Amino acid sequence: MFAYIVRRLLYAIPILIGVNLLTFTLFFVVNSPDDMAASQLGEKYVTPEAITNWKRKHGYDKPLFINPEAGGVTQLTDTIFFNKSVRLFAFDFGRSESGRDITTDVATRMWPSLAVALPTFLVGIWVNICVALMVVMFHGTRLDRGAVFLFVALMSISYLFYIIGGQFLVAKTWRLVPISGFHTEGQVWKFLILPVLVGVVAGIGAGARWYRTLFLEEANQDYVRTARAKGCSELSILFQHILPNAMIPILTGVVVLIPSLFMGSLLIESFFGIPGLGSYMLDAIKSQDFAIVRTMVFIGSVLYIFGLILTDISYTWADPRVRLS
Amino acid sequence: MRYRMFARGAGIVILLLVTVLAGCSEGPWNNPNPPSPEGKVTYQSVMSPAPPKHLDPAVSYASDESLFLMQIYEPPMGYHFLKRPYELIPLGVESFPTITYLNAEGESVEPDSADVAFSRYHLSVREDARYQPHPAFVTDAEGDALYLFTDPEQGREYGQIGDFPLTDSRPVRANDYVYAIKRLADPFNGSPMLGFMAQYIVGMKDFSNTLQLVPRNGWVNLDQYPMAGLEVIDEYNYTITIEGRYPQFTYWLAMHFFSPIAPEVDRFFRNPGFADRNLTLDWWPVGSGPFMMVKNDPNSEIVLERNPNFREDYYPEEGAPGDAEAGLLADAGKRLPMIDRAVFRLEKEVLSLWTKFLQGYYDRSGEVHGNTTGVFDQAFVVGPDGVELSDDLEDHGITVSPDVKPGIYYYGFNMRDPVLGGYTEEKRKLRRALQIAFDTEEYLNIFYKGNGIPAQMPIPPGIPGFVEGPEGINPHVYDWVDGEPRRKSIEHARQLLVEAGYPNGRDVRTGEPLKIFIDVQSQAISNTSMNWIDRAFARIGVQVEYRPADWNRTREKLLTGNTQIYSHGWLADYPDPENFLFLLYGPESPLICNCDGANNSNYEREEYDQLFRSMRVLPPGPERLDIVSRMVDMLRDDAVWLFAYYPKDIYLNNSWVHNTKRHGISKNTLKYLRIDEELREQKREEWNQPVTWPLFAAAILLLALILPGVIAYRRRLTATARQ
Repeated sequence: MFAYIVRRLLYAIPILIGVNLLTFTLFFVVNSPDDMAASQLGEKYVTPEAITNWKRKHGYDKPLFINPEAGGVTQLTDTIFFNKSVRLFAFDFGRSESGRDITTDVATRMWPSLAVALPTFLVGIWVNICVALMVVMFHGTRLDRGAVFLFVALMSISYLFYIIGGQFLVAKTWRLVPISGFHTEGQVWKFLILPVLVGVVAGIGAGARWYRTLFLEEANQDYVRTARAKGCSELSILFQHILPNAMIPILTGVVVLIPSLFMGSLLIESFFGIPGLGSYMLDAIKSQDFAIVRTMVFIGSVLYIFGLILTDISYTWADPRVRLS
Repeated sequence: MRYRMFARGAGIVILLLVTVLAGCSEGPWNNPNPPSPEGKVTYQSVMSPAPPKHLDPAVSYASDESLFLMQIYEPPMGYHFLKRPYELIPLGVESFPTITYLNAEGESVEPDSADVAFSRYHLSVREDARYQPHPAFVTDAEGDALYLFTDPEQGREYGQIGDFPLTDSRPVRANDYVYAIKRLADPFNGSPMLGFMAQYIVGMKDFSNTLQLVPRNGWVNLDQYPMAGLEVIDEYNYTITIEGRYPQFTYWLAMHFFSPIAPEVDRFFRNPGFADRNLTLDWWPVGSGPFMMVKNDPNSEIVLERNPNFREDYYPEEGAPGDAEAGLLADAGKRLPMIDRAVFRLEKEVLSLWTKFLQGYYDRSGEVHGNTTGVFDQAFVVGPDGVELSDDLEDHGITVSPDVKPGIYYYGFNMRDPVLGGYTEEKRKLRRALQIAFDTEEYLNIFYKGNGIPAQMPIPPGIPGFVEGPEGINPHVYDWVDGEPRRKSIEHARQLLVEAGYPNGRDVRTGEPLKIFIDVQSQAISNTSMNWIDRAFARIGVQVEYRPADWNRTREKLLTGNTQIYSHGWLADYPDPENFLFLLYGPESPLICNCDGANNSNYEREEYDQLFRSMRVLPPGPERLDIVSRMVDMLRDDAVWLFAYYPKDIYLNNSWVHNTKRHGISKNTLKYLRIDEELREQKREEWNQPVTWPLFAAAILLLALILPGVIAYRRRLTATARQ
């Protein structure tokens, strides 16, 4: 397994270089270093000298990819791309365009992201599986058909509706929890109830329907019929036979998400005022802060690759027949 | 048993919910604010929609940033809180600067002499001004700075300013003001003021060039590098020498760029490794103003606290007409500041901001312009007397602080455009016809709920040169009828089009329809506004095509003159007509200066430019106002802008907040605020009683959903075999 993991990690390097290259190209297609400087310096009295100074100070006074004035290898290394992107591979994220240390910011902001994403993820899986199993138990009945209809209806509603509706009802009209915010002095949990609730409810439609499909496939297998013939109770069949056998597809969809939980959610964090990494990314895009954007894309890619490796490893735990080589 | 595990999970969730609700027993459940320190009056406000990017007074140039900077720093000059038109007052200095005029040889000459080559401003620093307590001022027994490190590891344990166990202070000195100006000139700081101020302050450019060559390994003591235009006379006196005459320079002295910076503070923040932990002057401002920053978490909140070393300062005894009646002089003579803490929470979404304001968790609806526009629908109703506060808000005792910004938003013509530009009478008539067709009053009513005043001239209300009444209208677009300006008729616009060579909107030479192109920023205009503009011009037979782009591309077009009609806005730096009339000064055209100039209309008239140059150096008075009036007339004759309006913002205050008068130019008004804490607590408790029936309803609903399943399951278990 060790050799397999090492090989997968090595495969990750060209993928990360490609992602970096793509991010860099896309960002600078729409923003020139002059645009970035003008945006950071404000809109009044921006002189060409101020732009030149800003670019020099932030390392944007070089060519993007190839420096024809340099000789040899420095043609490639004395460029914005090399200087800004290669450092990421050493996890040196540098400073944002407004001067803040990105590593410190990421380390600080990942905890609020996790505080929302982890309970949403765990409670969401638990609720989705329970609901799906219940529906499977009544497969073919009116309850099943009604549930599928409800799932499709829930899936069809925009995520924004859940957020704004939740805020309007629970926080504004019923005044049960704060409408938004997050601070660690005192009762952190009261800021988490609503975003977690919204996250879970918004995910039930798609999640439960997906799990229902997986469980139904297993429910028609011979071993289920055998278990039932042996006199096992329905609950025992569901939890002891169907659920373990459906673990491979569940893990495929679930484990890959675990590392990404650190990255937070763009919408939830923005609307609920959670100072996590999701809103960090969104703010960076709005303010044309390339340093943060490239860092977040890089971290996202690394976590995704890590999640895929973790998924492969989890197969061996879920199904002893699987061997990684 | 796996299902037991799931059942246990359900039990844990219910237990958690019960615990959570049990923990909600103290105070309103929905209170988003952490408890304030005992006995401290805390003002609850917002920073929205984004946290400040820069808090270094040399670098920052945004109004949401100056909201913080102006509470922490005291520049030499300031503005009277209540008086209108805006009135300068000494702030960090004892009195108004005395100005000496010098000839090219440096000899003193009369103010009106033709030989004036330089103006020297003499400033006397207040002797009672002291810096806030700060670790940068702590010294050891030998008098050396205590927190001065040579290695990043030495200061590793300090992650926030509050982590430093010792703090100290010292009086503000003249050299600190001089040091601050040198920081503007240091290219390493990237100050947006460098290019502009270097035109005026003697020796600034050379100073900057010298520093460009200085190697940067840690702190560079700017005191070691002289600047020709700056002189420290003694501990409390200094001079600034500028090129020629520039009376507006006194206004610049009221901006945070000229606030004092102690060199030891600058050195403190250059400690190795500090920047890696965001310990920089850009994030931790250090000043002598009424407040000091005790927490800067741009991800969630910024907290200011009363500076214990703040000098004696008192609420003004005089105000503008009507202020006494509005209760704005009730606190006259009281010691400032009147609050102990101010918390500014990051609030990105309008719904959250608005809800918390109505629940009483924010004292005011917003501190910076533009936040409240999204909630006007809920705040106001149209009544018999126009737009009024809704009943809900009236019941809450909410008060309104209207604010006409000292600024102007406009759509301008590119005067170099072959179709719409030019200075012939035909072109003027064409532009005037378009001006009349664009019904600004209707536009503002529909899209801004009337929160704007159609502009008759480039100078907004409150600024010298603005004229009200029949003398103040643009006679090419309006008539004065029944005591108010009335837009000229569409028939008049059509007639102008005929005279311009476009009868019914068609070019008389080619027969082609007249099509105009408007460059808009995609995010700044809606489809409905574009439809409205289409219809407005269709009334005179003119077609419109929009060229939407993001700000960067729009800026590129402006720099290259590749526009026909563009949109722009300007908020005053200082209350002087020069700060508006320069928007159409010929050398400010990007095509002439080859820079990011402000004259995006590329308006060029030698007579206007000459008048501008003479007006710029004249002291306030009738002669200057006369020149301003002539310049305004020229702009009206030439019809340089399609339409313009003075933006109006409305800020709402909860009933426990007092002294809320807005100041269009200055942001250092926090020290005047007074909060009635008892009333605030009482109202919060009253307004935020939780509605608990939905919790029970949800529990019953859940049971109703589960119960049929359980019954069906049990029935299935006990059912007999069927065929």
